[in-house]
Amino acid sequence: MSLVKDFTKGIYRENPVFRLVLGMCPFLAVTTSVENALGMGAAATFVLICSNFLVSLFRNIIPSKVRIPCYIVIIATFVTLVDMVMNAYLPDLHRSLGIFIPLIVVNCIILGRAEGFANRNPVLNSIADAVGMGIGFTMAMVVLASFRELLGNGTWLNFNVLGSAYQNQPLLIAILAPGAFILLSFILGFFNILEKRKGGRQ
Amino acid sequence: MNPTVLLSALLATPDSGSQGFDLGKMMAIIIASIFVNNFVLARFLGICPFLGVSKELDSAIGMGAAVIFVMTLATLGSWAAYHLLLVPMGLTYLSTIAFILIIASLVQLVEMILQKFSPALYSALGIFLPLITTNCAILGVAVLNIDEKYSLGYSLVNAIAAGIGFTLALILMAGLRQRLELADVPPAMKGKPVAFLVAGIMSIAFLGFAGLGG
Repeated sequence: MSLVKDFTKGIYRENPVFRLVLGMCPFLAVTTSVENALGMGAAATFVLICSNFLVSLFRNIIPSKVRIPCYIVIIATFVTLVDMVMNAYLPDLHRSLGIFIPLIVVNCIILGRAEGFANRNPVLNSIADAVGMGIGFTMAMVVLASFRELLGNGTWLNFNVLGSAYQNQPLLIAILAPGAFILLSFILGFFNILEKRKGGRQ
Repeated sequence: MNPTVLLSALLATPDSGSQGFDLGKMMAIIIASIFVNNFVLARFLGICPFLGVSKELDSAIGMGAAVIFVMTLATLGSWAAYHLLLVPMGLTYLSTIAFILIIASLVQLVEMILQKFSPALYSALGIFLPLITTNCAILGVAVLNIDEKYSLGYSLVNAIAAGIGFTLALILMAGLRQRLELADVPPAMKGKPVAFLVAGIMSIAFLGFAGLGG
């Protein structure tokens, strides 16, 4: 039962991006297209699952004084793995994600889950937590990327949605840097309204 | 290693082989890193401290100074490790792990040195130092310098300029947020949402620098 709870909380109630406002750098940078968002989401979810698994497995062995460096080395190892695999099999995606692949190391979501959840919970719960958080992160990125790609390029996952007439005069700013900040601000505002509507239950 | 060999290895551009000092290229790097590709507003690096420590002007200046300092040291360390250790040994695939370890231990070292020798500076910068390890701008600049194949001189210039760009965005944001405290913001947009909106408008302003070269 608690396994299901650990899994679902990352998707909405504790969504890492929309509710906890973590992992902003890759979130804003790679959401220029839905394809990039999915690629980044898959890479981060993989690293998250592996690091949560190992941290949870070794949680009684790692001395608490050096735990942060240990976590960083665990995370960096899997990031290097993802980096090499992606470079070999998905070179185009690797090129467009660029420096944000190595930067998964310093994504606060991953270190945050290792420190905040995996180091005091059993292995299965930690994996459930990682999968939930990974899906929550990916979903959030796909939401923002959908807006940006649709408005800025007239396409969704490379399918032409709004027609070539729109593509001649797209809302280019949505795909440029300012569009990410402004659209995210509206999405966060929307979630605040949603939370208020639900009533002051908390 | 022979010191002259070491020195020339440090000053040469590793791949293009150009030894000379090119002022034009250096100015282009500086302008690009501070304005055109501003680390926060155009490259999206270091967003967490940008939002976290931009509530007051004083702490923004402290954080900015700490970032410039650590960024320069981290660039020095990562450049040396990459070109003197990882490349000769054929271990370049370990660069991500090596860089993050260098940054984490550098931050620890700087913290201990400051605490011992300059308590005043430590009390000003101290609380920001642990935060810097997970600041992606620091790792970002180390990785970018390697990707761009900059020589040590260009790498250091790029690091300092990137730090100044980060500080500039942070200080501007802190000034704006202090005024925002008094503004009548709709309740749903209070806090983070309106901060992102302000960042977006600042980012539009920085888009205007795109014509400056780079």
